[in-house]
Amino acid sequence: MNGTIAKLALQALLGRRRFYLLLAFPALLIGLVALVTALVDGDAAYAILPNLGYPLLLPLVAILAASSVLGPEIDDGSIVYLLSKPVNRHAVATSKWVVALGATLVAGALPILVATSMTGDSTRAAALFVASAVAGTAYSALFLAISSVNRHAVIASLTFVLIWEGLLGNLFSGVAWLSISQWGLRVGHAISDELPDPANLPWAIGASVVVTAVGVWFAGDRLRSFSLRGED
Amino acid sequence: MSTLVLDSASRWFGNVVAVNDVSLTIGPGVTGLLGPNGAGKTTLMAMMAGFLAPSAGHVTLDGKPVWRNTETYRQVGLVPERELSFGYLTGRQFVRANADLHRLPDAAAATERILDVVDMVEPAGRRLDTYSKGMRQRVKIAAALVHDPAVLLLDEPFNGVDPRQRMHLMDLLRRLGDEGRTVLFSSHILEEVERLARHIEVVVSGRHAASGDFGAIRRLMTDRPVRYAIASSADRTLAAALMAEESVRAVSLRTDGLDVEVGDLGSFAASLPALARRHDVTLFELSPSDESLESVFAYLVAR
Repeated sequence: MNGTIAKLALQALLGRRRFYLLLAFPALLIGLVALVTALVDGDAAYAILPNLGYPLLLPLVAILAASSVLGPEIDDGSIVYLLSKPVNRHAVATSKWVVALGATLVAGALPILVATSMTGDSTRAAALFVASAVAGTAYSALFLAISSVNRHAVIASLTFVLIWEGLLGNLFSGVAWLSISQWGLRVGHAISDELPDPANLPWAIGASVVVTAVGVWFAGDRLRSFSLRGED
Repeated sequence: MSTLVLDSASRWFGNVVAVNDVSLTIGPGVTGLLGPNGAGKTTLMAMMAGFLAPSAGHVTLDGKPVWRNTETYRQVGLVPERELSFGYLTGRQFVRANADLHRLPDAAAATERILDVVDMVEPAGRRLDTYSKGMRQRVKIAAALVHDPAVLLLDEPFNGVDPRQRMHLMDLLRRLGDEGRTVLFSSHILEEVERLARHIEVVVSGRHAASGDFGAIRRLMTDRPVRYAIASSADRTLAAALMAEESVRAVSLRTDGLDVEVGDLGSFAASLPALARRHDVTLFELSPSDESLESVFAYLVAR
């Protein structure tokens, strides 16, 4: 962990236009839930969260955050200004991950907590928040790792979320074992039975920890081998 | 005092060879890395700065490999050709961040000191995206120098910098070299290099073409055979007369003039007018047909 790198990453996150997108998503979610709560009777508003907020908004926010702290700097090569320093590359990756995680929690998990609370029942709100925090942690590490190798990190990350977790995850229940969003739900299920129960708890916790640790380590290792190529 | 050594270093990308078996020793003082665009200067610089693994051979600083060795950067300051993309920072914040990354004991004082060295104290409070090219270049140099490195690597530092600022930068680099630092900068402009560097390394097409002090390189370049196109009132007469000259190596006639290949530029230039008058020939046109830098470099490689 390196304070200067983290500060610069935060400034990079706040200084870019993507930041407004990062604000717009949670605002939209809370607005939508508030609207549906006001207009529709029953629990219709809550349904938005496990169906839209959690599986879509959270990973989108994580993708935006993780790719903003690393992607542009690698793309335009300006990361050499940070890397031409005697700073451990894993510390660089960890610092950037912490910032991405913070953004994911603030712009992803927290709005989900707020929106769920608006639909009543604070237990399931807490459960979904914990699920979001767990998934957000693993997501931000995974997407950081993807940003460290792939020029099209956003597209690759979206593919993972939409095709693997979304489409295939709905078709084949086995995908739950390899789905970050399902691991989060499983951890949340331990708090509230209203969340589904895919996979088993030790697996969900263990897998989340492994993906997080390996993701951050991998990003650091890629930075150790960061190569600067000419314009041509 | 630090020495950067490339030992038979090569680098290829797929089947494109960017740097081919280059051995160099860069010691204290200012060294210019000269070569046309696309010669592999940036690739060489990247290898020396630890931002590219050599495909073969070794790149070492004081005996230690630079690739995947972050400790190297305690001794090295790097000024990449890349633009700063930290436009949302002020000059001072950017230099300070560099000082902090080096964990300098008194980062604030080091920042002010180096801003003063590059003469950027006054605009340091402004955001980087309001700077001119020359100012950004100076801030980049300040950031590279803030930890007082023994080695300074600069990739095309004068590109797009206006003449006055260029003078200022050159003075600064010359001073750093005089202090005993190892300063290496790349450029594709001979005049730039010879004004600043005592020692010049020439790379062409990824190969190490020449090495020496600027006088020797300059002589190599001006003494090369040069081709001229001449148009005159009596081409054939002139051709016969030229062939008798010591400095002329070849003459060929065209329908509308003649081509001359000259070995010794100086004596050719001195003798041509007198020769033309003696044979009563009027010269209409005399133009070099291969003055491009590429042909100069091509000659050095073929030599």
